[in-house]
Amino acid sequence: MTAVAERNEAPEAKAEEVPSFQVTMRIARFDPDSDKGHRWEDFTVTMHGTDRVLDALHEIKWHLDGSLTFRRSCAHGVCGSDAMRINGRNRLACKTLLKDLNIDKPITVEPIKGLPVEKDLIVDMEPFFDSYREVMPFLVAKGQEPSRERLQSAEQRERFDDTTKCILCAACTSSCPVFWTDGQYFGPAAIVNAHRFIFDSRDDAGEQRLEILNSKEGVWRCRTTFNCSEACPRGIQVTKAIAEVKQAVIRGRV
Amino acid sequence: MATNTSSNSPTAIPNPTTRYRRTGQRGINTEMLSWLFMRASGLLLVILVFGHLFVNLWLGLGVKGIDFAFVAGKWSSPFWQIWDLMMLWLGLIHGGNGVRTIINDYARGSTSRLVLKGLLYVAVVVTIVLGTLVIFTFDPCPAGAEPSLLPAICEG
Repeated sequence: MTAVAERNEAPEAKAEEVPSFQVTMRIARFDPDSDKGHRWEDFTVTMHGTDRVLDALHEIKWHLDGSLTFRRSCAHGVCGSDAMRINGRNRLACKTLLKDLNIDKPITVEPIKGLPVEKDLIVDMEPFFDSYREVMPFLVAKGQEPSRERLQSAEQRERFDDTTKCILCAACTSSCPVFWTDGQYFGPAAIVNAHRFIFDSRDDAGEQRLEILNSKEGVWRCRTTFNCSEACPRGIQVTKAIAEVKQAVIRGRV
Repeated sequence: MATNTSSNSPTAIPNPTTRYRRTGQRGINTEMLSWLFMRASGLLLVILVFGHLFVNLWLGLGVKGIDFAFVAGKWSSPFWQIWDLMMLWLGLIHGGNGVRTIINDYARGSTSRLVLKGLLYVAVVVTIVLGTLVIFTFDPCPAGAEPSLLPAICEG
């Protein structure tokens, strides 16, 4: 989902030149060693039309305030480290171009919600990974191990293709209002990763995973608000995957 | 699940992140039944409610035809008694279950959750019992009542 309504009026640029502009980043700061709690801090930086929110954060950290803390690894939308709440929506900072946001107003950057904040934009991801581990996100195959590959047709692979794209950035789970309430709900990401194995023809633990997701905090807490599908930086149809798992639980099989 | 190392020492400071830890299964799982019930009863209620509105507000004299005698006439037939009974039970359980999930989603403390759900359950049960009683014991012309208070259909 791109924010098409937001526009960018760069100062008149010469041909071939990347336009530059001033942009204010309003960042939620949290220092665990002080009692002040969370506060907003504004930084104004000069950025270019090709820059992303992550580049603005780098500019601040490297040239203005070295204490600004955030997570990022690959910086190209693959590792899933830099999910954050930008202008009130969960996105990857490395996949959000500044020019796609409204730069006339300060751009707010907050940590993702529903998980304990450790410092500034870093949250403790352990509860998120706990629920991920509970769905057994690994291949469980019964019977004799084949001496060659476990073969699968293109159609069988297609069945769960969408949910293989997950990068575990937690943008979906931390956008879910049911997860915000008490953090007991499995969350969309765990269900997506269970879906990836439940509908895999090579896997034999589908029923076990369905039983896990049939618990009180499982798929039935989903209220189909579609926040997760909207938040996913990989474009996974998360709510659809959850609905497919619900159907499989009701039928008792895959 | 990650271990909380300081939980055994006497001077332990509670880990502020414990409230985010998943505690696993809570109670028995009726959530699937509840989810299925919501879909089935929702579908039935659409038919029941629109049928009710059509018969009461559209057919015959329409909305002007509704009075005490109209309701008394409807409830003299077992068909409408069952129809209204189903509407009452399904509507209240469907609505009550919806409010229950909202309480589960939004009430933060376990005390407030308990109190709100207690109030909800009492309200649902009282309304269902009273409604059922009225549908089955309704008598438009109770014996020995003051004649001036009775509708015209009771004369003679």
